[in-house]
Amino acid sequence: MSGELAIWSTLFLLGAYHGINPGMGWLFAVARGMQEHRARAVAWSLPPIALGHALSIGVVVLVAGLVQMALPLTYIRIGVAVTLVGLGVYKLIRSRHFRWGGMQVGFRDLTIWSFLMASAHGAGLMVLPVVLAGPHAHHLAAAHGVSGVWATLVHTLGYFTVTAAVALLVYQKFGLAMLRRSWFNLDLVWAIALVVTGFVALLV
Amino acid sequence: MSMWRPDPTFYPSPKMAMSAPAEKLAFVAMLNGKNNGRHDALGVVDVDPASSGYGHIVGQVDMPNAGDELHHFGWNACSACLCPHAPHPHVERRYLVVPGIHSSRIHIIDTKPDPRNPKIVKVIEPETLAARTGYASPHTVHCGPDGILVSALGAPDGGGPGGIFVMDHESFDVLGKWELDRGPQELAYDFWWHLGFDTIITSEWGTPGMVNQGVNPEILLKGGYGHKLHIWDLLKRRHQQALDLGSEYQMTLELRPAHDPTRAYGFLGVVVSLKDLSASIWVWYRDNGKWGIKKVIEIPAEPADPATLPPLLQGFKAVPPFITDINLSLDDRFLYVSCFGTGEFLQYDVTDPFHPRKTGSVHLGGIVRKAAHPKQPKTPLNGAPQMVELSRDGKRIYFTNSLYSPWDAQFYPEGIRSWMVKLDAKPEGGMELDPKFFVDFGELRGHQVRLEGGDASSDSYCYA
Repeated sequence: MSGELAIWSTLFLLGAYHGINPGMGWLFAVARGMQEHRARAVAWSLPPIALGHALSIGVVVLVAGLVQMALPLTYIRIGVAVTLVGLGVYKLIRSRHFRWGGMQVGFRDLTIWSFLMASAHGAGLMVLPVVLAGPHAHHLAAAHGVSGVWATLVHTLGYFTVTAAVALLVYQKFGLAMLRRSWFNLDLVWAIALVVTGFVALLV
Repeated sequence: MSMWRPDPTFYPSPKMAMSAPAEKLAFVAMLNGKNNGRHDALGVVDVDPASSGYGHIVGQVDMPNAGDELHHFGWNACSACLCPHAPHPHVERRYLVVPGIHSSRIHIIDTKPDPRNPKIVKVIEPETLAARTGYASPHTVHCGPDGILVSALGAPDGGGPGGIFVMDHESFDVLGKWELDRGPQELAYDFWWHLGFDTIITSEWGTPGMVNQGVNPEILLKGGYGHKLHIWDLLKRRHQQALDLGSEYQMTLELRPAHDPTRAYGFLGVVVSLKDLSASIWVWYRDNGKWGIKKVIEIPAEPADPATLPPLLQGFKAVPPFITDINLSLDDRFLYVSCFGTGEFLQYDVTDPFHPRKTGSVHLGGIVRKAAHPKQPKTPLNGAPQMVELSRDGKRIYFTNSLYSPWDAQFYPEGIRSWMVKLDAKPEGGMELDPKFFVDFGELRGHQVRLEGGDASSDSYCYA
């Protein structure tokens, strides 16, 4: 039971980690609020941003679940680990940044933007080793559907909580001046995290 | 190239950028206006009042070829890197992208580690530019949220159309033509955007062939130079609307959109009206999804003794103001206007953009007036206020006095002696020449000025 709790907590915390990155959504929500001069625009931006993120995670988890029907778990773990390390190293070497869309965005645009942004960062891949380490992972062929959905939801809850809290606090209270000093290069941290997660996935 | 913290010169909003520290150096395009084979250069001017070199050229990098005609230039990266949809603020504001308008050659100049000793690190030859974009005579350079955009006057054969091309902001490779659908647009000159509205505005001068032999009176009197603005969808890269001022208004040049990304209006400088040689400032604005334009300032020509005028103007018995550059403070409050004919430099309070209020005027040089600088009160100056740049805090104003060598020769046939001056702006309006700051460019001519760390026309912002 405690093992399972650890898995869910990790999924939630990974969501929180994704959420705190300014490039992953909260900053866009703040910008929408500033552009429209109202806090409501911040709030309205949050659901599509969370939805896009959830879709990006969900697709990766789903694909992994499907592959699992055909391949033994060990192979998948190795495959995920190698992909993670490869993606991380690539991001360390080539700092190409994400580009899609503009400032005038509706629900659909924000969902697509968030989906692409999370996918480009390999957010789903980062979650995968945790899902694969779960207690259902061994007898997953049938049960995976359910646990995959739960994994995505718990992760997104962590992501949404942090994204919403930071966006509203920054918009209402702190302002954007802190961006200048405290915006660590999370893409660099992220790339390292991908590599580390990959190695951990190999060892666990 | 990737850093742990955002470049400290990037600011989320124009308001925050106004708290930036004062610049200590200025970079100035210095061109050789004489046909003697000397190369153009990028100069570094000391603008730190506490320094012993204040008001002097303290560094210089010569271009590798002759005949570039350096003109406008810009940074590889700026505050637009903080924009939320494509954030990548961990790059450095470090490289200047410096095109030659005659040679169509583009120089990438590294200002680090020693900004007083900049180095050319890459040169893009005109053949490459032509092959990748179909354009020539690169002009305005702006760093955007996802790359560098550069306008170009026209095609390599000297004709049209002119337009915009894209450069990669890391490799500085020329990527290609920006437009997917240019609609009726043919002439090009300046461009800038309203990032908050995903909109680009472009202006019109003439194709390279229409301008590089000087102003052509035949084209001018027929109203053949540019008289429109074009509105584009920044994301779809499509022409949306043309705003025609009417062919009486010749040369719709400099564009200064409001820095506040939530405000959709901006200022345009128009060089000359064929009706009475006046010059004018117009405001474009967004209204119910459509764009409109309105004249808000008109500056009349001044009567003059034909004997004091260059041949081109003698028949008119008047000296036209010729608005050739404008600039807008980061709080969108003060608009500065250069009159290259009369030698007047004006300041307007444009808090209400549709009702500007004149708050300051300084005379320096000018075709007839030849007004002197307080540092050398007995020496008449020629050339006139032209390329103007403002510090981010809005307190210091710099300008140089040359326009474009083939045109300089028509309005100042005796040959321009080039200088750069500085003014101090008062908080509630009004300005004064700094008597200690007068840069003499010697045999070269100063053109655009860029301030270390950014200035009032180098950066764009996604947050109010």
